[in-house]
Amino acid sequence: MRQTGLLHAGALLYARDLKLAFRRWEQVTQPVVFFLMVTTLFPLALSPDTAQLREVAAGVVWVAALLSALLALEFMFRSDYEDGTLEQLVLSGQPLWWLSLVKAAAHWTVSGLPLVVASPLVAVSLAVPAEAQWTVIVSLALGTGILSFLGAVGAGLTLGVRRGSVLLSLLVLPLTMPALIFGARAVDMAIMGDSPRGPLLLLAAMFIMSLTLGPFATSAALKVSME
Amino acid sequence: MWTWFHKLASPPHFYRIAGLVTPWFAWPALVLILVGLYGGLVLAPMDYQQGEGFRIFYVHVPSAIMSMFIYSTMAIAAGIGLIWRMKLAHAVAAASAPIGAWFTVCALATGSLWGKPMWGTWWVWDARLTSELILLFLYLGFIALRSSIEDPQRADRAAAVLALVGVINLPIIHYSVVWWNSLHQGSTMFNPGAMSIEMKWPALAMLFGFMLYFGAVLFVRLRAEVIRRERSATWLREELAR
Repeated sequence: MRQTGLLHAGALLYARDLKLAFRRWEQVTQPVVFFLMVTTLFPLALSPDTAQLREVAAGVVWVAALLSALLALEFMFRSDYEDGTLEQLVLSGQPLWWLSLVKAAAHWTVSGLPLVVASPLVAVSLAVPAEAQWTVIVSLALGTGILSFLGAVGAGLTLGVRRGSVLLSLLVLPLTMPALIFGARAVDMAIMGDSPRGPLLLLAAMFIMSLTLGPFATSAALKVSME
Repeated sequence: MWTWFHKLASPPHFYRIAGLVTPWFAWPALVLILVGLYGGLVLAPMDYQQGEGFRIFYVHVPSAIMSMFIYSTMAIAAGIGLIWRMKLAHAVAAASAPIGAWFTVCALATGSLWGKPMWGTWWVWDARLTSELILLFLYLGFIALRSSIEDPQRADRAAAVLALVGVINLPIIHYSVVWWNSLHQGSTMFNPGAMSIEMKWPALAMLFGFMLYFGAVLFVRLRAEVIRRERSATWLREELAR
């Protein structure tokens, strides 16, 4: 019955999601602007002293990135749910876990990746030394990925729920706390001049787990929300 | 076996059975908790390091164990409900959540009270306290998701998916937090030789008392849930008229 192959269907859906996102440009830029603004608040509130900023930089970058990515999470399925596209995807005969994986990946490309690209700028402003920049980039790439694949479950569950955005953060934030712990620890170790290998590997393991198990939970959540 | 199982799952039958077994859970629970409290607060010898302050252990540790036990019960019930589409299992998960959340609050509150004389502060960002706090957030998320979806069947299944995701994440959260920072003393309860028998038995009595209490409250809540779901059924009207 299936006429389109898995990869082809995935590529079509991915391209469609990207095209839609770039037509609504402000949805892509808003999380990044939020990220930059929140990190500006910390030097103002704490102190402009470089040594002091460097001490809290890892935590600030990570918390701000997590909150910014959470802002965009709500829109992962929202518009598709409202105009009925999601229903067609469920009925398309393609495995739903694959479609949810592709949609989460597309969502990461337009909401997580910009944060990763903007992160060196933020890190420099918080006096993170140049040697630690790569750790910031890699840890945030993995962390926003975890948030996209894990958060997709929450986004699927809160479809069609009144005031879903607050609920979404209540559901997703506790699940992402391990990623925050390891990510911030990795950045902190890199700032101190240690090798951040250990926490980064654990972060990568968590990313792989959310990538492999998340889509199945997401497809179950979407089926519950669509019936 | 299966016919018995299906019979149990039918609301009228279950309603009657639950009403019958509730006292069998409630009374032993009361006796065990009273005996455990007396044993723990009066009979047990004083700890040579922590003095009288250690006695809060008799409420703290059983509540902490219960908070995790109830979460796993909830997740198993949710899984059964999701796989076999059993309404009763969903009802068990829904009824367990508030009880588990309260046990978590108890464990946190007693832990904080205990921390004041022992560590000198009400709250420390210790691994076990923090993972207990995250567990409370998971419970609150489950309850909030259920209450914000109007259609009961959809709410059941959505909450079940969340409970399963949560139970997979729980060990990860726990160990990541342990790795992050641990100040809490290791488990004394399951460490042979760490506690003398006269110190241990009141804790075990409290634990079993709490479990029976959980059973009793669960059945009362389940009966309320059956009444709420079957409010228009004729059997219920006859049952209540009797």
